[in-house]
Amino acid sequence: MTTEVGSETDVKKEPEKVPEVQQQTEPQQTEQPDKAADSAAQPASASDDQPQEESQSAEAKSDPEAAASPEPSSPPAAGGQKKDKGISRFLPPWLKRQKSLSQDKPAESTEPPRQESVEAVKEEHEETSQPKEEADGEGGATTSTEQTEEVKEVKEVKEVKEVKEVKEVKEVREESRAEEVQVEEKDKEEEKSIGSADTQPVREEKEGESEVKESEEQTEKKEEKKEEEQVNQQETSVLSALKLKKMKMVVCHVTLLDGSQFSCEVEKRAKGQYLFFQVCEQLNLLEKDYFGLSFKDNAEQRCWLDPTKEIKRQIRNSQWQFAFSVKFYPPDPSQLTEDITRYLLCLQLRQDIASGRLPCSFVTHALLGSYTLQAELGDHDPEEHRLDYISDFQFAPNQTKELEEKVVELHKSHRGMTPAQADAQFLENAKKLSMYGVDLHHAKDSEGVDIMLGVCANGLLIYKDRLRINRFAWPKILKISYKRSNFYIKIRPGEAEQFESTVGFKLPNHRAAKRVWKVCVEHHTFFRLVSPEQPTKTKFLTLGSKFRYSGRTQAQTRQASSLIDRPAPYFQRTSSKRISRSLDGAPVVNVSDYSQALTAGAGENGPSLELNSDSKSPQVEVVEKPNEDADTSLTSETAFETDKGGAPERKVPQQTPPRPGTDSRDASKSAEVKPEVNGQPEVVEVVEETVVIEEVVKAKPKSPTPEAAVTVETEHAAEVKEERSLSSDSESEDEAEYHAQPPSTSVSAQLIKEEPEEEQEADLTQQAPPSVIESQPITEAAEPAPAAEEEKPAAQPEEEACADEPLLTPDEAPNGHALQDEAPPTLKATAAEEEEPHIVNGSASRVETEHLPQVICCSEPPVVKTEMVTISDTFAAQKTEISTKEVPIVHTETKTITYEAAQLDGNGDGEPGVLMTAQTITSESLCTTTTTHITKTLKGGLSETRIEKRIVITGDSDIDHDQALAQAIKEAKEQHPDMSVTRVVVHKETELAEDDD
Amino acid sequence: MANIYPYGCFTHAVVRSIPESFGKLAEGGEGFQTDLAKAQRQMGVLTGALRQKVGLQLIEIPADSELPESWRIEDIAVIQGDTALVTRPFKQQRRAEAEAVRRVLNELKLTVVEMGDEEGGSGGATLEGSDVLFTGKEFFVGISKHTNHRGAEVLADTFKDFAVSTVPVCGGSRLKNICSMGGPDTIIISSSDGAKKTLRVMEQLTDHHYEILSVPEDVAANCIYIRGPAKVDYLLHPTAEECPNSVPAFQRLTDYTLLPSACSEASKLGAALSSLCLLINKKPNY
Repeated sequence: MTTEVGSETDVKKEPEKVPEVQQQTEPQQTEQPDKAADSAAQPASASDDQPQEESQSAEAKSDPEAAASPEPSSPPAAGGQKKDKGISRFLPPWLKRQKSLSQDKPAESTEPPRQESVEAVKEEHEETSQPKEEADGEGGATTSTEQTEEVKEVKEVKEVKEVKEVKEVKEVREESRAEEVQVEEKDKEEEKSIGSADTQPVREEKEGESEVKESEEQTEKKEEKKEEEQVNQQETSVLSALKLKKMKMVVCHVTLLDGSQFSCEVEKRAKGQYLFFQVCEQLNLLEKDYFGLSFKDNAEQRCWLDPTKEIKRQIRNSQWQFAFSVKFYPPDPSQLTEDITRYLLCLQLRQDIASGRLPCSFVTHALLGSYTLQAELGDHDPEEHRLDYISDFQFAPNQTKELEEKVVELHKSHRGMTPAQADAQFLENAKKLSMYGVDLHHAKDSEGVDIMLGVCANGLLIYKDRLRINRFAWPKILKISYKRSNFYIKIRPGEAEQFESTVGFKLPNHRAAKRVWKVCVEHHTFFRLVSPEQPTKTKFLTLGSKFRYSGRTQAQTRQASSLIDRPAPYFQRTSSKRISRSLDGAPVVNVSDYSQALTAGAGENGPSLELNSDSKSPQVEVVEKPNEDADTSLTSETAFETDKGGAPERKVPQQTPPRPGTDSRDASKSAEVKPEVNGQPEVVEVVEETVVIEEVVKAKPKSPTPEAAVTVETEHAAEVKEERSLSSDSESEDEAEYHAQPPSTSVSAQLIKEEPEEEQEADLTQQAPPSVIESQPITEAAEPAPAAEEEKPAAQPEEEACADEPLLTPDEAPNGHALQDEAPPTLKATAAEEEEPHIVNGSASRVETEHLPQVICCSEPPVVKTEMVTISDTFAAQKTEISTKEVPIVHTETKTITYEAAQLDGNGDGEPGVLMTAQTITSESLCTTTTTHITKTLKGGLSETRIEKRIVITGDSDIDHDQALAQAIKEAKEQHPDMSVTRVVVHKETELAEDDD
Repeated sequence: MANIYPYGCFTHAVVRSIPESFGKLAEGGEGFQTDLAKAQRQMGVLTGALRQKVGLQLIEIPADSELPESWRIEDIAVIQGDTALVTRPFKQQRRAEAEAVRRVLNELKLTVVEMGDEEGGSGGATLEGSDVLFTGKEFFVGISKHTNHRGAEVLADTFKDFAVSTVPVCGGSRLKNICSMGGPDTIIISSSDGAKKTLRVMEQLTDHHYEILSVPEDVAANCIYIRGPAKVDYLLHPTAEECPNSVPAFQRLTDYTLLPSACSEASKLGAALSSLCLLINKKPNY
């Protein structure tokens, strides 16, 4: 509020009659300039941080990586929303028409989300004065001014790049400042994120223009009223609240495969990808697609850190302790390009073997152990290698003297073998083990018998007491889904069979079911597909949350790694460290201790002790970062063998040349770009992003609430409601489906439906009511499945209440009434709010249609359509009905609302015009305000100046964002009395509560 | 592992002579008259082929008339690499057969793993070698009246390097009555409906690809494949008299040396060629 206004120093106004800049066109053209402007503007801000940021941001842009990573951007939307609805109250009447969708994906998938956001930020201003048509009682509104302001509330920033930058900044500062700095940093992030949020609104503008006009006038009047009345109260409260929220840096501890600890400071909201890249960089690892970061959840279950999602949301209350490990075991390690990759795989397998996860016979233990010795110690030296020389190694879960003797005996026979050869031999033998690369999960079959589900490169294996009792190869599987704690696979009918069959398994709990499902989706995509699935097209209706594997497939990573052109990186195998360790007298952690150590020590990082926490590998003790010395590498291994024989038969045929974009990037960039290389939107998980469009119009009349206090109450009530609905939703959404399609078919064809993720989030998020509604409707419409859901509830009494939509209804309805009763004045507003989502959906659907390539891909857009049909404005009036409707509630984390004033000129067709100036000024205070002035020359010699303001309001839920927003808008208007506000885009990102089950 | 070699490389064969009591307690006798002398002759032909044609070292355990079924030595142990699992046959009377076998295995310096004799020891696990098909890449264990899940688990625990899959035995009393290995990647299997059913399960469970040699007669489905030292493929199979319709199928195996070996007497008791010997590879693995 105050901040934003004050920050603006220069506003260029060339408000002549310049045709309205076409919004659509503008964004693209302006993108670059804007960025530049932003960066330039930053220095202006008082804080020291900014300079740093700039440089970093610049780097990021320049970086191939940055360019390559379009994907990360999409996620930004994923915040939760707390009080979206409330904002409308405070908006000036003229702004009340909303049109925004939270996240559309730009038509061009390749376009990094970030850029998009930037584009979106720009606002066009309208030269034309706006007649006061509907003057309500208060005519105080400024008529002729043209101001464009975008006010956004962003709580979470999701873009990776942004995060990175922020992080760096933080790191620098952090030492000196603790928390205070964080605030600033956070703001920065938010700014960036904001940009992303804006994107959608731009497009929408067209639609809304006509409507906007009328509303604008009203809004203005009201706005002033509100402002006057409420501002005082609000301001104070808001400001204080804002201060409370600060950005935090968190130190992540990553246990590397050699047992060493890697500590890395990460912005609290950083995505998994950021941390993962940090680790890979540390390791000097290029073929990173086989690896991942895992953590232990509250239930001590190992979970994979999703690179596309915020770390914090995934680990919840767990400690920031991670393990770097192999996620996809290459069926033929000899096809890996680099020795360092094979080395890391060896380390993983040694852990797996020593911990018993990879069972093998005595002979195999001995053989593999001997290769380990050869790789790490070199040739057996009778002088040096006495009896005890292998005592530091753990070759088997239960290591006997006999085994050690056998290992030594075999070690002697490997004389002359280089470490790389020894590793290769190790892998050649290890890969033949039947449990190689099999990820086991406890489950029960339909009869309640304990079994194990094993997910591997070839499919799904079913074990009962170590015996393989069934196996479903990927080609046999048509669909993978889970519902609550049940996991289902639909099997392709065999030759003699007529119908598809579905096999169900019972997992210990919902999260376990989801975990298996995700692992299956990932493995199927990685090993079976040529490229990750394209975002679902509009034609497919998908459930709210779609988890997909966004990384590269094996085929792609092989392709990419074939282009690796660097000298073989030097890395140090652990032997030396092992020795040094013993000298140190540091406690040696045995494998047996490992589990305990992990749990106990997980959170902490005593440098020396960290080894313990590590894990399973015998080598835990060694603390060393293998790749540090990478620079030194002398050897150049350019030659690379492309996939030959080892590749699974199926894949080979399917493999297609890497996408054009990929190659170039890879070549130039190499490893880091990889995730995004494909040019495919990497927005795997759309779940978090919900597009909510609220129409304020209805709310308007009542929006101006005389008494602030009353308003607040109303909101709370609404929130409560929402929360409930969310929880219920989450339950109902437990299911997810993944349709596995044969590789031969186009990747894009596959559908992955999953609601599970949303569930988690839903559970967490209390604050994002609006989004909730959308997801479910979609589901039903799209799939027959809903019926199934309803049926199931009966089976599971516990969840029934929550799960079934009908059940939900009662809850909501009461709430609605209660609200009404309590706050009569606000009634309408509340109602409007509730209804809004529905309306929104309708609009959202349109948007989708228009822009096929949406970042969100699979997610909600399709859903929206469904909703449109189902829920119309008519319903808006009746809250109860809506709830009744079984509309699934999906909690939305991110919300973008655009309030747009009517624009006289057709935006779309006008010529872009020439950009004369672009300036961005950022000021930081309680609210962060970024002001961008864009002056364009349009045809006819007219020039148009648009001012974009990004206002980031950060605060806890207790802050009344709406008030803060209103205040900000008011101030903006005051600052530029001669300009008119043409559009307000509100982007809300709500932080999810972390206390989930 | 290194001990995963193409199926068929063997250096030793262990057999046990036909006792005087042959046929006495045989299961599945069904009133067939067994000819002791003929049985012994057939055994002699088999051992001769193994020793002189294939070139294996043959170890012959003397007969014990107290143990009428001891000639079915395949049931008593499952051997892979240098590990031998001494099984626990379904019939109580047969468990004494293990002692002599165990002694031989120890002499051969195999790592001998016991399933345990006592009822409680392995939880009632029963396993007979003729229900175990080892393909060189994995184990299939037929769940039959002789072999139960617990037995299969013990086997899985013993040979941890390999996938152990359980399959129902359809159309025969033992898994190897309906199928056997006919080459490193070849499974010979009866074309009976039951066998097909079992085959489908096996195909479902395996990660590997096998060639299938389908033979019209059940008896022909049990052969002994050995890859000789000179890279010669030997297949010992029932004679044309026993399985006239299946011989053409065997002849489709190119470059094989076919060694017809009669086992009609053993067949009357539900046994087959492979029942008569244990095959061991003592060649150093690495």
